[in-house]
Amino acid sequence: MRLILACALLFAAGSLPAAEYANLPGGRFASVLPADAKTADTIVAPFALRREPVTNAQFLAFVKTHPQWQRDHVASIFAESRYLAHWQSATTLGNDALPDQPVTQVSWFAAQAFCASENARLPSWNEWEFAAAADATRADARSDPAWRERILNWYSRPSNAAVARIGGDPNFYGVRDLHGLVWEWVDDFNALLVASDSRDQNDPDRLKFCGAGALNLRDRDNYAVLMRVAMLSALKAADTTVNLGFRCARSTSSGNTP
Amino acid sequence: MTLVRLFAFLLVFACSAPLRAVELPGDSVYRLPVALTNQDGHAFHLADRAGKPRLVSMFYTSCQYMCPLIIESLKRTQKAIADEGSMKPAVLMVSFDAAHDTPEKLKLVFGQRKLDATTWTLAHTDAASVRQLAAVLDIQYRALPGGDFNHTSVLILLDAQGRIVARSEKMDGIDADFVAAAKKVLAQPAN
Repeated sequence: MRLILACALLFAAGSLPAAEYANLPGGRFASVLPADAKTADTIVAPFALRREPVTNAQFLAFVKTHPQWQRDHVASIFAESRYLAHWQSATTLGNDALPDQPVTQVSWFAAQAFCASENARLPSWNEWEFAAAADATRADARSDPAWRERILNWYSRPSNAAVARIGGDPNFYGVRDLHGLVWEWVDDFNALLVASDSRDQNDPDRLKFCGAGALNLRDRDNYAVLMRVAMLSALKAADTTVNLGFRCARSTSSGNTP
Repeated sequence: MTLVRLFAFLLVFACSAPLRAVELPGDSVYRLPVALTNQDGHAFHLADRAGKPRLVSMFYTSCQYMCPLIIESLKRTQKAIADEGSMKPAVLMVSFDAAHDTPEKLKLVFGQRKLDATTWTLAHTDAASVRQLAAVLDIQYRALPGGDFNHTSVLILLDAQGRIVARSEKMDGIDADFVAAAKKVLAQPAN
């Protein structure tokens, strides 16, 4: 009966405005993680990306209509014990989680479920990296030392500082807060640092670090982006951290424009 | 009328939800809803495999070198466990290659590697489920342009409830700790 009530609530909810998505053209892109683990460019298909990260208010609305994702209901295989631990209760934000701060302390599974609830998915790493290569006026500002410097400055801030609210300046595509606010989950977080060749059976280190060691990173100077890769690839799907949030994406190439 | 219909819909929804999930521990891999197809084309759900300890790994059929090693390692481990007096544990291998690994391809490998039909399952699922299953198993993989995959090579031991009890990345010889863990789990009374 409780389940039925919960399902009925799902249909009654809907007070927050629908999230806005920006259309990105995609195209040939020099990812720091080459497609062939050597040097090949990546082809990013056209896609749409949420203009802003998912906020506490939006995630609260989600867990109210999807009680299986409330912190006291979720199975530990999908979210560890720190999941939404900064909220006052399972369904109350409280003083440590402002409505327009990006939601953090969410697992990959929870982020996936949220995106599915707005007919979207998590962006792939390449989609995120494509969008995040832009600054305010250029599609790809990555070779600009000032761009890198700004991002590295943000990384150097202490991680116990309060997370800012959403609403940074839009980038070239009209997407906000890709840098400077929170780290963000991507759908293929567990695909980033897989060794380019796991065939050296006799080297125990190679086997052990099949998921880490030998990937040929292009653009090794781009610490600003590589730090993201390192952080994401160290995570497990149920993990949460105090400055890890997410945004959602949609495919647009097949004609289903958001 | 609309309300009645809505209610009927919700009832159907509630009844079709997997009830088994309620009985499984929170850290059970079987909590993940995954629809699979085996080498004979039979559909099953991951959670159907709850109830007995099991060895699990991931692979793909066009893999020339590492995946045969994983299979042979699983066979050796399975035999080592049985040789020491325990029940022969079942093995489930799920393909990374959602686009290509049809039941026919799985069946071919099944025959080539002379797998024991009473204990082995090679299975296929959709790409999103591959990503999720790899995530709960903490397996990393990445599709390469030529159709190959880079991936973690690992044997995983699940207890009867689907909790990860042990993992081994030893692909040559026998991992004694892993075998010991399996024997212990297999000695537990089934429930």
